[in-house]
Amino acid sequence: MSPRVLVVGAGPAGLYAAATLAAADVGVDVADRLPTPYGLVRYGVAPDHPKIKSVTRVLARPFSAESVRFLGNVTVGVDLTVADIRGHYDAVVYATGAARGLRPGVPGDDLPGSAPAADFVAWYGGHPDAVSAEELLDARRIAVIGAGNVALDTARMLLKDARALADTELPDAVLAALSRSRVTDVHLIARRGPARAKFTPVELRELGELGVDVLVRPDDLEPSADEAGVVAGDRAARTNVEILREWAGRPGGDAARRLHLWFRTRLVEVCGRDRVDALLLEPGGERLPVDAVLYAIGHRGTPLLGLPFDEVTGTVPHERGRVLGVPGAYVAGWLKRGATGVIGTNKADAGETVASLLADLPGLPRPAEPDPAAVTALLERRGVRPVTWAGWTRLDAHEAELGRRQGRARAKITDLPAMLAICG
Amino acid sequence: MTYTITSRCVGTKDESCVTVCPVDCIHDAGEQMMIDPVECIDCGACVPICPVDAIFTEDEVPAEEVDAIGAARSFFRSDGSS
Ligand code: SF4
Ligand code: SF4
Repeated sequence: MSPRVLVVGAGPAGLYAAATLAAADVGVDVADRLPTPYGLVRYGVAPDHPKIKSVTRVLARPFSAESVRFLGNVTVGVDLTVADIRGHYDAVVYATGAARGLRPGVPGDDLPGSAPAADFVAWYGGHPDAVSAEELLDARRIAVIGAGNVALDTARMLLKDARALADTELPDAVLAALSRSRVTDVHLIARRGPARAKFTPVELRELGELGVDVLVRPDDLEPSADEAGVVAGDRAARTNVEILREWAGRPGGDAARRLHLWFRTRLVEVCGRDRVDALLLEPGGERLPVDAVLYAIGHRGTPLLGLPFDEVTGTVPHERGRVLGVPGAYVAGWLKRGATGVIGTNKADAGETVASLLADLPGLPRPAEPDPAAVTALLERRGVRPVTWAGWTRLDAHEAELGRRQGRARAKITDLPAMLAICG
Repeated sequence: MTYTITSRCVGTKDESCVTVCPVDCIHDAGEQMMIDPVECIDCGACVPICPVDAIFTEDEVPAEEVDAIGAARSFFRSDGSS
């Protein structure tokens, strides 16, 4: 019987790992606690970037092989224990990502009216566990802290005319809430100078095409001594600075919404008695009145049972994907390298992990019960009904059909019991 | 919009871009690598990893390199892989 590996997490890293394992004739089960595959491609990539979402056609490929199964709606650690994994698989690859959005650790950073941008993204992405961010949209002035693409996505979703989102896969409730949004001013506040921001130029440029007024502080465009070198050597940095220059040169407008850009600015306190009413910024000690603030300053993974964990980086310590001190356990994706990189980064990342795993396989002990049917039988005895690939395909088709009737790409179902009912 | 590899790839062609392309749409076209414009999903992952800065969005391809856009289109059409 060929070796069997459990992949935990059906996001890009897990699915690239599954594809590489399947190509090496290894039997694979991909477990996810949700009934849906694709992780952040489904729940994180912005709904107005459908072309990037089409990566799913490649991510889905491993499931066309009979030796690869999807075990959706299965929580590893609860429905399947570490002992179960040892009893049924030769090895396990953890690719559970880094879903937890960070707060900045300044006074007041947990006041009502503040949230990690990751929570806002999960809400508009239709994640079944997301808390509604509707209340946030009562704010007129919202600050977004951060200098990466999550900050750009967040700002864009707050500023974009909801009518321009009507043909996307946004959940109905989200679209309705965005249509009622009272937001007039979004402040994008970055600690770095413009040349060191981690924006992708294409995404930065999008913000200037929303029909909102963009306000750039002229001082921010003067490169500091150390930034001049960055601009010379890095095309993305150069392009970002050019985009900001072009915006700075635009005549003032009277659009209903404004984007204010702040660079080299540090958040030192979130102020307010029972909820956010201002931010204290350095240098300058400026008090910026806002009604809400979202933190787009990074993600962390959560510790997993039986695995070592580095609290500082939010990752599992490993050697080329091998979890240190736990033979037969491997990591891939954000849990391995931290929340950096793009979808494609996971291909090389998972490739490295699987290469280590395949090299180790001959020396790993065989499981007592490698029969795939034994795992499903065990889950059944525990009252867990895994969502199969065919089950997910039913939900996928259902969402596409609903969307077609409404004249859009997809209409996402966000209620977990409803999702499970459709998967059958 | 899609992405295009310019002639700057010639001579280096180290396939760094291939390792990060999530849809495997970058193919060997002889002297240089080329992006299949139909398969590309515009993720931009290949741009910063290229050691010789050879990859651009179609709108940003430098004037002296614009032929690269048509070259990629016809390469994949005649190749039958698009
Ligand atoms: S990374 Fe750049 S130089 Fe290397 S193959 Fe790709 S385009 Fe050519
Ligand atoms: S932009 Fe993305 S999809 Fe297109 S060629 Fe580059 S890496 Fe591949």
